[in-house]
Amino acid sequence: MDAFLPLFLQQLINGLSLGAIYALIAIGYTMVYGIIGMINFAHGEIYMIGAYVGLITLTAIGAASGLPPWMLVAAALVVAVIVTSSYGWAVERCAYRSLRNSPRLVPLISAIGMSIFFQNYVVVLHTSRDLPVPDLITGHLFSVDIGGFEVSMSNSRALILFATVVLMAAVTLYIRHARMGRACRACSQDIQMAGLLGIDVNKVISFTFVLGAFLAAIGGVLIGLSINKINPFIGFLAGIKAFTAAVLGGIGSIPGAMLGGALLGLVETFASAFLPTEYKDIVSFGLLIVILLIRPSGLLGRPEVEKV
Amino acid sequence: MAGIAPSGGIAVMSENAIIDKAEAVTAAASAPILSVKQLQMRFGGLMAVDNITFDVVEKEIYAIIGPNGAGKTTVFNCVSGFYKPTGGDILFGDANIAGRTSHEIARRGIVRTFQNIRLFRNMTVVENLLVAQHTQLKTGLLQGLLNTKAYRQSEKEALERAAFWLDKVQLREVANRGAGNLSYGQQRRLEIARCMITKPKLLMLDEPAAGLNPQETAALDALIRDLRDTCNVSVLLIEHDMSLVMEISDRILVMEYGQPIAEGTAEQVRHDPNVIRAYLGDE
Amino acid sequence: MREQIKTKILKDAFIAAAVTAILTVPMIGLRLNVESTGLVLHKNFLWPAVAAAVVFVARLVIPFVLIPKVSVPAAWTQKAGDYKKWWVGALIVLAIAWPFTLLGGGSMLTAVTMAMVYIMLALGLNIVVGYAGLLDLGHAAFYAIGAYTYALLNANFDLGFWAALPLAGLSAALFGVLLGFPVLRLRGDYLAIVTLGFGEIVRILLNNWDSLTHGPDGINNIAKPTLFGFEITKRARVEDASTLWQTLGIDYSNVYQQIILYFIALFLVVITAFLINRLVKMPIGRAWEALREDEIACRSLALNPTVIKLTAFSLGSMFAGFAGAFYAAFIGSVTPDSFGFIESAIILSIVVLGGMGSQRGVILAALVLTLLPEFARGFAEYRMLVFGAVMVLMMIWRPQGLWPASRRRVELPS
Repeated sequence: MDAFLPLFLQQLINGLSLGAIYALIAIGYTMVYGIIGMINFAHGEIYMIGAYVGLITLTAIGAASGLPPWMLVAAALVVAVIVTSSYGWAVERCAYRSLRNSPRLVPLISAIGMSIFFQNYVVVLHTSRDLPVPDLITGHLFSVDIGGFEVSMSNSRALILFATVVLMAAVTLYIRHARMGRACRACSQDIQMAGLLGIDVNKVISFTFVLGAFLAAIGGVLIGLSINKINPFIGFLAGIKAFTAAVLGGIGSIPGAMLGGALLGLVETFASAFLPTEYKDIVSFGLLIVILLIRPSGLLGRPEVEKV
Repeated sequence: MAGIAPSGGIAVMSENAIIDKAEAVTAAASAPILSVKQLQMRFGGLMAVDNITFDVVEKEIYAIIGPNGAGKTTVFNCVSGFYKPTGGDILFGDANIAGRTSHEIARRGIVRTFQNIRLFRNMTVVENLLVAQHTQLKTGLLQGLLNTKAYRQSEKEALERAAFWLDKVQLREVANRGAGNLSYGQQRRLEIARCMITKPKLLMLDEPAAGLNPQETAALDALIRDLRDTCNVSVLLIEHDMSLVMEISDRILVMEYGQPIAEGTAEQVRHDPNVIRAYLGDE
Repeated sequence: MREQIKTKILKDAFIAAAVTAILTVPMIGLRLNVESTGLVLHKNFLWPAVAAAVVFVARLVIPFVLIPKVSVPAAWTQKAGDYKKWWVGALIVLAIAWPFTLLGGGSMLTAVTMAMVYIMLALGLNIVVGYAGLLDLGHAAFYAIGAYTYALLNANFDLGFWAALPLAGLSAALFGVLLGFPVLRLRGDYLAIVTLGFGEIVRILLNNWDSLTHGPDGINNIAKPTLFGFEITKRARVEDASTLWQTLGIDYSNVYQQIILYFIALFLVVITAFLINRLVKMPIGRAWEALREDEIACRSLALNPTVIKLTAFSLGSMFAGFAGAFYAAFIGSVTPDSFGFIESAIILSIVVLGGMGSQRGVILAALVLTLLPEFARGFAEYRMLVFGAVMVLMMIWRPQGLWPASRRRVELPS
């Protein structure tokens, strides 16, 4: 019983920071689904590309400079965001836009194709091996001793949480108050009507993809810095889990993505404390199946009534 | 016969209307095959349908009319199982079918058409009718795989039934055409034939005359009457086309804002002040 | 006005080229690798420059050039339909005769036998995706279940291939029903993710349930199928039994064994194709098509969508199970790695490339996608890259597939 509290607290910290990453990725899924009703299967790969561009930037700069770590991280984030958002924009423009009015299966398969393409694109270019990410964010934010056990939050985890909270707040405010944010909300409610009222629907959709990529890129860079290794397949698993988080919170709902992310991160972390690590993925997949069966609209979503 | 309705608000039924209804019911003098009691359908905060009670008796043509948004299609969807009603009972045969799945209700003998015709557009006219006979098949998977005599016989009979119905709705010439390539009127007739081939007890038609010209409407009128007379089926229909409704219906239920406001024969309903007000507004 | 349009086209071209540069300079121009010195960066800005230039030129030119939609002339498919019996017969003759012409080249034989396995898998998935319209991203799970069923029955109970084959199909179908029953009523995209999750769950379980499946090592030494009761291996597995070779008085040769295995695979494929061909013409096939077109209309006609979907799903799974059992017998060992998402994606690519709902398209696509890499050995690492790109391009330019089905309609005799 003595060990319980510190272990619980540590898992709480770990779970929330994991959940923060899921939330960052989940926003991309949920916004796209809310507006055009499709799952962007390639979104996980966008996250992965963000991680890679971050590492490329670090390696490209780091070789020459004696710049302080925070500047390197900032540079990595900026470059990753610009490049990855371009990828996000390009994917929509090339692979999805012309298929918007096709039967459902068609854009879905295109998305899966894009996902496979990106994974192997990175494999071909940067090998399929784990690449080490320099440990630029060292140290702990705090480290306390509770009942003989150490409960700590590393700086990298702290950065993830901080960044996620700030970004979530920014996105929520933007969606609520900015013109483009309003346009997004209008499109998610009735895209045809929004178009008829003069909203440039293509622009809104592009913006959604770019915003999703923006957040995913930050998640990718930060996770690389936190775990200190990346490979081309991190997007696949993270993507499915982030989608699970989006569904859990209510697909189409941004607060839902945040809530879902946090919950999934906690569930997964606590599960891995009790089960062998390989089985923790089964918990996430299982959770997805269960939610879709019991309450497909998620925690914060509105149940859809089918129009006959 | 016209009563003076109480002023103000929406009257549910005037006194005279109640007497008229009793007369109409005794006039029908057959057992009700469908009995809807206190049907209620609520969507979140919106009460779409409330307090709807009516019977459809054997060989009757019963119409539900009302202004747009009255809840007519919602009633249809509840009876046919596409919505789960939030209150009330729907008795068909000896069972309460409220809340059951649509395919189970169809299996029990209630079929329906749709406002925006739902045909299998990429399949031929004949194939549409074959699919509709799916539940009437007597041969199993194995017999089909081995192409046994019984299977071939069963397919042959299915084609013959399809041919019979195509003749009945005058679509024989277009039997092998894709269903999506038919004219609007032909599509409507096909949809009805597809329903009838399932041997239903209750045929529900959702705005069957929508988009039809006067000749086509007259032909539809004749078809519905013929089906009722020869095929032992009752018809429940929603319609906006007053000429068809008044001509063809044995009894009519008028709805407004989800509530019943009149019920009776065409004559009774035509003169009911609530109905007049609902369609034409207060003067 | 012309000037405005010209500047717009020029501007668009510049923007497109700039975006291309942003996309390619970091990722393609700078490549990471781990070498003895640690993490290294290789620079090569040639390709990004080329890419940007190509995009620039293309954007300038495209507004003036109409890209024709690729379509096979209708006359060709009509002609093909008329001579169907002939070329199907020719194909069968070819399929039977060709192994004897390549007695020297064993690797081709192995490749074609694996192609047969993929044909079976794709034909099965075709029922699910092409006819019933259900997006299944975890088909490899049923492939795995069939393979492991035979492997386990053989390793633990010494059950032979032919005896285990129906059991493999049955167990795969059973899992298909178990998974399908709660899940098939979900909408397309959700169904896709759930089946993907299921595929992963199966792989993880196979990888970690050491006591049952031997984990990542898998199960080895699985018996090859027998031919009319005779073993086709060099030495008899069962003591004192004589192999086919001993009985026939022929010296054992690896190629002969491969040929026998090929014919067994061919036999299984022919049976699969025949059965599926029947199913599609039967009422269940019509029901699948109707369900794909309009589920609500189906419900109004007393068709139970869940049951119809389950039939498609479990039949598709069953054929995957058969394919898996053969694979286990063919290769002789099974490991969880062979049954990951990549496999499901490959099988889906084959179905999509061939034409969803088209048997012959799927067979063609399976042959192309499994055999082409054989001829382009140097490009092996690009295989999956090309798969992904092909999937996207097919959906954009020819979603109906390489060789779409021309439905034989049911005709009413006049």
